[in-house]
Amino acid sequence: MLALLTRRFGDLDAADDAVQDALVTALTAWQSGIPQSPAAWLYTVARNTLIDQVRRDRASRRRLYEAAPELTAHHTRDHDTDEEGDLIMDASSLGDERLRLLLLCCHPALDRDTQVALTLRLAGGLTAAEVAAAYLLPEATLTQRVVRAKRKIREAGMPLTIPANLDERVGVLLRVLYLVFNEGYLSRGADHVTRVDLMAEAIRLTRQVVDELPANAEAEGLLALELYHHARSSTRVDGLGELVLLEHQDRTGWNLDEITEANARLHSAMTRMAPGPYQVQAIIAGHHANARTAANTDWAAIAELYAQLGRMAPNPVVELNRAVAIAMADGPLAGLAVLDRLTGLDDYHLLHATRGELLARAGRPAAASFERARELTSNEGERRHLARRAAETAARGR
Amino acid sequence: MEFMILIHGDESSPRLAPGDPGFDEFMGSWFAYNQMLMDGGHWVSGANLAPTSSATTLRHTPGQAPEIVDGPFAETKEQFGGFYLISAENLDEAIELAKKLPVNSGSLEIRPVAFRPDAG
Repeated sequence: MLALLTRRFGDLDAADDAVQDALVTALTAWQSGIPQSPAAWLYTVARNTLIDQVRRDRASRRRLYEAAPELTAHHTRDHDTDEEGDLIMDASSLGDERLRLLLLCCHPALDRDTQVALTLRLAGGLTAAEVAAAYLLPEATLTQRVVRAKRKIREAGMPLTIPANLDERVGVLLRVLYLVFNEGYLSRGADHVTRVDLMAEAIRLTRQVVDELPANAEAEGLLALELYHHARSSTRVDGLGELVLLEHQDRTGWNLDEITEANARLHSAMTRMAPGPYQVQAIIAGHHANARTAANTDWAAIAELYAQLGRMAPNPVVELNRAVAIAMADGPLAGLAVLDRLTGLDDYHLLHATRGELLARAGRPAAASFERARELTSNEGERRHLARRAAETAARGR
Repeated sequence: MEFMILIHGDESSPRLAPGDPGFDEFMGSWFAYNQMLMDGGHWVSGANLAPTSSATTLRHTPGQAPEIVDGPFAETKEQFGGFYLISAENLDEAIELAKKLPVNSGSLEIRPVAFRPDAG
């Protein structure tokens, strides 16, 4: 019976649940008399349960498809016509459909900006106006991007299926979600009230991926990382819209519920013994989020984690972060020694800003580094901050 | 669906000639690839072209007779050198088949066929 229902509905777990439910129903129903064909009775009850479930799923799925009418035009048509047929065909779970849609939006044959736009517009269900506002683009540009992408998806033959190289494809999907999250995190300023919360959207979509792929440690690692950052995002900017550095943030304003959930997510990810860059970044973010005061931060451990991250995915920015951690653990001169060996970041303002801070802490002339950093950034808030630091250190030097 | 895999590569990079060590293995990998396409029902057509030094281009200008030019239509770092026309379920399968091509440099462009008059 289970095999029959599974074959008909394509979902073993749901079929199993339905049979169990039917047996429980039978316990009471059969007290007044056992039916002529108990097996047929059980089968009918279980089947009806499954049909109800599929109908409910189908309603949610229809909402999902309304977000992407062109992509899934043929599915929508199936729903409207062949009732019995699509009940059997459409037995895959709603979460699975969502995952397929996310994977399609992040297909590697689409460019990065398009992946982001499609993910938010189709899988996330934001309006074109909301996505455009979040990325400071004209709405027409965003709409055009989505239209062009839908055309490519159709014409190039990109399928709405779970790909054979799932891990690789999930890697692309996670990178897109992380980019969306970072955009929300970094752009959060005085105008955040008028802009859609990209951080919350990224967290919601990452959660869907984790729910659908519970064995993927990196997906859950990314969710933990996003939660840690989100937990302290409201303290990153002061009332005037100025950036507040981590060490000066009001830790009582951090969201403890989110930190607690992030801790649990990270723990769960790490039990799978499949380390990856998102998990390492989450561990680092967790060190900060769980330190009661800035002075309590375990900088030696963080420096080692950045070294580990650098071995997984060599990147000069990671090395820059390691230099900061080493400076915090072993003093500014140790950090400067790491910076001196760093190449490839000469045009990156944060390299010079960091060098300035470390020079200042070591009591050496730092104004030129701050000045160089200021020249390299166009962010007004950062320019003001760097000009102030340049003036302070120049005055102290004299 | 049908897809064309357009093979672009640097002609000037050294290549093996008959008799060189490794030449037979090199050719064997292409034969094996072709056989794999045929066995899997993916083969439609394919060709390896003579180098662009042998190319002739006809340039059309409206109202004038076409001009015959010595050489390929564009001077590029990588040249169009050959193609496969394959049958695949969707783009993902086409990409997987293209990945198996025995090339280790250059670019493979994958384009769906919009219309082919002699298609069955």
